[in-house]
Amino acid sequence: MPVPSSDSPGVVPSKSSIFAGSGDLATEIGRMSDGSAHELNNLGALDSDEDGRSAKKRLGPVFWVAAGWFILVALAALLAPVLPLKSYTAPSAFIRKPPSAQFWFGTDTIGRDIFSRVVWGGRVSLAVAFASITFGVIVGGTIGIVSGYFRGRIETLLMGFCDVLLSFPALLLALSIVAFRGDQRDLLTISLAIGVVSIAPVARLVRANTLVYSQREFVTAARSLGARRGRIIVKEILPNVIFPVLSFSIIAIGLAIVAEGGLAFLGQSVQPPTPTWGGMISDGRNYLSNAPWISLMPCLILFLTVLALNLAGDRIREYFDIKDND
Amino acid sequence: MRFVRKKLVQLLVVMLCVTFFSFLLLELLPGDTATTLCAGAGGTECIEQKTAEFHLNDPMPVRYVRWLGGVVTGDFGSSARNAQPVSEALKQRLPVTIELLLYSQFLALIIAVPVGLIAAQRSGSLFDRGSTGVLFLFLAIPNFMLALVLILIFPVRLKLLNAVGYTPFTENPFKSLGSLLLPAITLAAAEMATYMRLLRTDLIATMQEDYITMAKAKGMSPRHILLRHAFKPSSFSLITVIGLNFGRLIGGTLLVEVIFSINGLGKYTVDGILGRDYIPVQGAIVVIALGYVLVNFAVDMIYAALDPRIRHARALV
Repeated sequence: MPVPSSDSPGVVPSKSSIFAGSGDLATEIGRMSDGSAHELNNLGALDSDEDGRSAKKRLGPVFWVAAGWFILVALAALLAPVLPLKSYTAPSAFIRKPPSAQFWFGTDTIGRDIFSRVVWGGRVSLAVAFASITFGVIVGGTIGIVSGYFRGRIETLLMGFCDVLLSFPALLLALSIVAFRGDQRDLLTISLAIGVVSIAPVARLVRANTLVYSQREFVTAARSLGARRGRIIVKEILPNVIFPVLSFSIIAIGLAIVAEGGLAFLGQSVQPPTPTWGGMISDGRNYLSNAPWISLMPCLILFLTVLALNLAGDRIREYFDIKDND
Repeated sequence: MRFVRKKLVQLLVVMLCVTFFSFLLLELLPGDTATTLCAGAGGTECIEQKTAEFHLNDPMPVRYVRWLGGVVTGDFGSSARNAQPVSEALKQRLPVTIELLLYSQFLALIIAVPVGLIAAQRSGSLFDRGSTGVLFLFLAIPNFMLALVLILIFPVRLKLLNAVGYTPFTENPFKSLGSLLLPAITLAAAEMATYMRLLRTDLIATMQEDYITMAKAKGMSPRHILLRHAFKPSSFSLITVIGLNFGRLIGGTLLVEVIFSINGLGKYTVDGILGRDYIPVQGAIVVIALGYVLVNFAVDMIYAALDPRIRHARALV
């Protein structure tokens, strides 16, 4: 009888911590805890888990399609000010027009062009996602590497902090942070709210990897050569833990985009009239019966982008996964 | 028995930590019970009076201990906005969320288990790849999007089911399940993918075991082997993850409850935070955390019952 977690250490998250895996489906950020790292691992192992010895590692066409889509969306968002788009704020007489040659994605309740709003909204949504995950990776990464390398009391303390963060439903935590910032629902607030939620999962991931690498020979070698701790962390451990974090943060950016949508549905995302994908989807939900495109168009773009990030992140994880080479 | 006792102590410690930190967190938020109560009416006088009434000037640890004392005796305080006792509100709303949870997990499992079994049996087949692909798609769908699409298809286009509202189970079980069908599907979609993958991976691993080869050599039918020999030992991680999800989702139905206007625990919590009415939030967090911890405890127990090695292992906690 196999021990359930024989091949994948993340299977039994409850054993490492009673809080593990706590989170919130709504934002799915909670999934990034070790419980979900495993899910993603599992899903990542789609084609390699039977044979396990795929001859050559390639990123494959799926990756390139996904990456291509994401680059397209990101470029559109970056170049929004110089693209020949209709105004995204000015109302027009064309109210709730379905998608057509003139309005690719249709128009909303006050006649604004949804296509240009999706492009401009992408700017905000992506900015929030990048900012929040960058914040999460820097803070969570530091916590993880410090507790994984130094162990002892500092580890107990830092991981305890992460457990507490994880014990709140993610959306609830994000909501509290927005409330904490008062009525200032700007980019910074929203990024901070989502960023704080992503700290604990990143910290766990980095800690787990640090634990593994600090046992490796090259670290022992560096230590016996008299390298200082700071040098070992930066030169020996950091380059190794950065790859799992990288592939993870690609997926996490997708989750952050979804999280922004979740906040928007509670009316707590970036203040209108600034468009965000989540805000647009939420705005259109009262017109589903006669003008479904108001919600569905941004929804579709959001979905494709999140899917692309998932697929790309997954491929990259597989590509860099050293264990697969054994 | 020592195993059980150890787990129980751990459970208590966790509860204390969670309640303390949630108290601290809510403390940091702007607004308090007094200002919420006096919104509109009264002025500084009212605020002073209420501040005294709720002992809001006491140091935070003192208030925490006082609040904790109340909780232990079943008194969670009352909402500042409508004066409804929190315990009463929780009693009304908890069953709704629990029904939604059970329902969604049930839906997820009745799809995931058969699909997982077939996919493992014929790993690498078209069915295996197809189901994996479709479920991967499910995992990428944000649940608010799925909710919108479901609302668009069923209530709006087909005029089936209601988009909002809830009928209590005790009133009319059939109607109740109907009213929760869309939210339950919304919640189940992402879980389905996880469960199916988990079961499939573990089954494939189990099928490599010697005793399966033995069973095959004895000439047992593949179906018999799959269901009688491989299924139980492969269901450990599934059980764990179901348990974890269950605990996690007690606080995670929040968005779905808001979208479908279901007066469950999640909506209660959100209303509390948005309305700067923190006593109900505090109470709800206790229930969410307790649910989470208890489910974990139950999972550990089931686990121990299924696998005797766990009961005696030392390095588990």
